[in-house]
Amino acid sequence: MRFGGLTAVRSVDFTVNSGEIVGLIGPNGAGKTTFFNCLTGLYVPTEGTVSYKGTVLPPKPHLVTKAGIARTFQNIRLFANMTVLENVLVGRHTRTKEGLWSALLRGPGFKKAEKASEERAMELLEFVGLAHKRDHLARNLPYGEQRKLEIARALASDPGLLLLDEPTAGMNPQETRATEELVFAIRDQGIAVLLIEHDMRFVFNLSDRVAVLVQGEKLVEGTAEVVQADERVVAAYLGEPFEGAPGEEEAAEVAEAEAAKAETGPAKTSVTKTEDEAPADAPAEEESTTSTKGEAQ
Amino acid sequence: MIDVTETQKTTTDTTATAAAPSARGLLPLPLATARALLLAGGIATSASAYMAWTWTDEFPGDLTVNGYPGGLQWLTFVAGILTALFTLSSYGVRGLGWLLPAKNNAPVVLAALGGFATTWFAVIAITVELGGVVNLEPGGWIAAVASLIPVLGALALPEPLGDDLKDNLKKYVAKPDRFPAPKAIAPWVERAIITIVTIIGLAVFTYGIDTEYGELFVGYLILVTFSLWALHTAGMLDTFSRIVAHNRSFTLAMGFAAAIAFPFTQTDDHYANIGVNILIFGTVALGLNIVVGLAGLLDLGYVAFLGVGAYTAALVSGSEFSRFSGVQFPFWASALTGAAASLVFGVLIGAPTLRLRGDYLAIVTLGFGEIFRIAVNNMDGDSGPDITNGPNGIPSIPDLSFFGFNLGESHDIAGFTLGRFANYYLLMVLIMAIVVLVYTRAADSRIGRSWIAIREDETAATAMGINGFRVKLIAFALGAALAGLAGTVSAHVTYSVVPTPYQFAGSTPPNSAFLLAAVVLGGMGTVAGPLLGAALLYLLPEKLNFLQDKSLLAFGIALVLLMRFRPEGIIANRRQQLEFHETGQLDVPEQATLTDEPAVTKAGA
Repeated sequence: MRFGGLTAVRSVDFTVNSGEIVGLIGPNGAGKTTFFNCLTGLYVPTEGTVSYKGTVLPPKPHLVTKAGIARTFQNIRLFANMTVLENVLVGRHTRTKEGLWSALLRGPGFKKAEKASEERAMELLEFVGLAHKRDHLARNLPYGEQRKLEIARALASDPGLLLLDEPTAGMNPQETRATEELVFAIRDQGIAVLLIEHDMRFVFNLSDRVAVLVQGEKLVEGTAEVVQADERVVAAYLGEPFEGAPGEEEAAEVAEAEAAKAETGPAKTSVTKTEDEAPADAPAEEESTTSTKGEAQ
Repeated sequence: MIDVTETQKTTTDTTATAAAPSARGLLPLPLATARALLLAGGIATSASAYMAWTWTDEFPGDLTVNGYPGGLQWLTFVAGILTALFTLSSYGVRGLGWLLPAKNNAPVVLAALGGFATTWFAVIAITVELGGVVNLEPGGWIAAVASLIPVLGALALPEPLGDDLKDNLKKYVAKPDRFPAPKAIAPWVERAIITIVTIIGLAVFTYGIDTEYGELFVGYLILVTFSLWALHTAGMLDTFSRIVAHNRSFTLAMGFAAAIAFPFTQTDDHYANIGVNILIFGTVALGLNIVVGLAGLLDLGYVAFLGVGAYTAALVSGSEFSRFSGVQFPFWASALTGAAASLVFGVLIGAPTLRLRGDYLAIVTLGFGEIFRIAVNNMDGDSGPDITNGPNGIPSIPDLSFFGFNLGESHDIAGFTLGRFANYYLLMVLIMAIVVLVYTRAADSRIGRSWIAIREDETAATAMGINGFRVKLIAFALGAALAGLAGTVSAHVTYSVVPTPYQFAGSTPPNSAFLLAAVVLGGMGTVAGPLLGAALLYLLPEKLNFLQDKSLLAFGIALVLLMRFRPEGIIANRRQQLEFHETGQLDVPEQATLTDEPAVTKAGA
C-alpha cells in the first residue's frame, strides 16, 4: 500500500487460523491501521491481494464484511444518533435480505426477518452486557460501553474473522480485563480475532501468536516468547543499545523497574517479561488466510 | 448557571437573614400584586377587544365596531383569555391544575407576552398604515395599556434571579428541567384528547389559511408562536406527544380525517386552492425528507423530479398542445408513468453523482436541477427536439374524471359544495396518505436503518456491510418517484405546465430552495415536520403580499433565527431532539456529554 511516494505497508504476509487470537503490534506509524484498512477494503491496495478462506476478496468494504470479516475502529465510529439496538441491527445488514419492496408491503416474511434480527441483536447485546441499554442513544454511552457496542455491532455480521483496532485504548485496568475476557469469549465461539494493541500485557496475555510490524514491514511473527526475545523488536521500540560504557547495568535496572510497574499498570514496551502465556489450543477446522503483498519501492 | 448559584450563596452568607433571597421578581412587587395584575390585565385585554380601536374601516378587518371583536381583535381576545387561564391555574384554581403541572412561571409570562405582542402589533399597524396615532380610538389606547399590564405582572413573578439581566430574562421563558411524573390517563380519555386537539388544530390551521389580509396573518403567527411556546414550557406538548406515542394509528387516522374535513369547512374555493398547493408542496417535501432527512444526501435540484412528473402527466393527459395529443391515459396510469419517469430520471442523475459526498453532491445536484429546466425550455422544436413546447409549456390540460365524477366541476355533497380545487385537494390527500405510508414504512426497516447509518457515518456503514452506493441510489430514486407522483396531480391542478417554477430559488414555492427549507424548518426525519414547514412556507409569501420582493430576505432572516434557536426544526424527531438538546428522558446521559454545545442551544431555546 503506497500513498504517493510513501510505502505504508509493504509485503505483510500472514495467516490467521480459525479460533486463534493473533496480536499485531508495532510502534506508532508502523502501518497497523493501514494494514487493517487494506484488509477491509477501505483502502484499495496498490499491489497485492487479500484472501479469505481461499478466495480473493475484492477491495470493497461491504463485500469484505459479507465474506465474513468484521472490524472495529481505532477512534470509535458508532452511529452516534441511533440507539444501541439499532446500531447492532445495522450490523445485521449483510445477513438479512429484505429490501425496499418488502419494507413497503410488510408481508409476513418481513416481520419474521425483523423479529429474527432483533432477537439476534439482543443476544449479542446480552453477550457484551449492554442489553439493559438497548434504547439509549449510542452517543450517550460511556466510553467503555461504546467500545463494547462497537464489538457487538461487528459481531452482528456473523464474522469468521474479527479485526479489533486498539480495543482497550483509553481504558482503565478493570475495563481492559473485562475486554480480555470478552475477546476470549469471542474466540471460544470459533471466531478468529486479529487485534492491534499498544498494551503489551494485554496482547501477550491474549494472543496465540504476535506479529510485529515496523515501518510497514513484518519484522517477526511467533509466540509471545519469540517476539519478546527478538532483539530487533526491542530495538524498534527502544532504539539500539548504547555501545559505550553506561550500558547494561542501567538497562537491567530499567527492565526491573518496568517489570515491577507492570503489576500495577499497563507496560508500554515489549521488554517486560509478562507472566503466563495465552492458552491456545483451539482446533483449527477452517482456515482463514489474510495477506497483503506490496512491492518494495 | 454556576456563577449564579455562587453569588446567591455569597449573598445568603453575608445577609443570612432573607429566607429566600433568590426568589424575587425583576419588578419589586409582591406576588399577590403580580398575579392580580396578570389576571386583571388578561381580562382587560380580552375586554378591550370589544371596543373600537380605530375610526375608519380603511384598516382591514373593520376594527371600528363597539361591542364585537373583529379581525385582529379576536387574536387579542384569545391571548387575554389564555393569560387569564394560566394565571388562574397558578392561583391553584381547581380544575385548571393540568394547565401548569410544573407550577412554573414561563407559560404565564409567554401568554402575557403573546397578548402584548399581538395587540401592540395591531396598534402599531393601525398607526403606520393610517398615518399617525390620531387614528387610534380610545379603545386602541386601552388595548395597548391593558395588554402591557400582564407583562408587568409577569415580570414581577418571583424567579431565582442573578445579576445578569440576559440570564434573568431567559429564566422567565425557560422550560423547567423536571416535570412531576405524569398521571396515568385512561385510553378513552387519551383518544378524546387527541380528537379535541385535532379539532382545535384544524380550527387554528383553517383560520390561518382563511386570513384575508397580511396583518391578520402576522398577528396570527405571533399569537400561535407564543401560545405554542407557552404550552411547550408548560409541558403540554410533551404530554401530548406521549399520548400520541400510545395511539399512533389513531392519531394518524384523526390527522387524515382532519385533512379530509378541511375543504368542508371552506366556502371559498380559493382557500381549497391554497390547501391543494400546500399538499403538493408538502408531499414533495416529504419525498425530499427521505433523501435529506434519512439518507443525509443534500439534494439542491429536487424540484426537477416534480417537473418530470408534471411534464410526463401533461404529455399523456390528452391536452391538444401535448406532443402526444392523441394519447390520454387514465389517471392511475399517468400517475404511475409520471412516478416511473421520475424514478428513471432519479437513477440517471443519481448513478453518476452519488459516488460523491457532501458538498460535491450538493453542487452536482444543483447543476442537474438547472439542466432539467433549461433542457425543457429548449425542447421546442427549434433548439432541440419538439417535446415540451419550450417556454410556452403545455397548456389546457384537461381535468381528471373518476367513474364519471369530474374533478373539474363543483359537486354538492351532503349539503357542502366542493369546488374544483376541493376535489383535487381530496385526491391529493389520498396521494399524501400513500407517501406518508411509504415514508414511515421505509424509514422503519432494514433499508431505513441503513440510510440513517449512511447519514451518521458512511465509512463505518460500509464497513458494516452496507453497499453505500446502492442504498443511496434507492433513497434517491424513491424520493424522485414520490415527487413525480405529486407532480402528476400538480399538472392537472394548475391546468398547464411551464418550465419556470422548476428552478433552484424563487420567491414562490415550490422550488428546490423552498423544498429544502421546508424540510429543515419543519424538522428533518419526521413526517409532520416537512408538512408543517411546507404549509408555513407556502402561506408566508401567499399572505404577506406587502413583503413582495423582500420576501426572500425576510425568509432568509427567519431561517437564520430558527437555526440559531431551534436547530432541529419546529418538530424535532427524537434523535435530533437529543442531538441538539440532551433532554430526553430515556437518554439522560450517565456522564458528562461529549460536546458542550447543546447546553448553550438549550438555554437559547
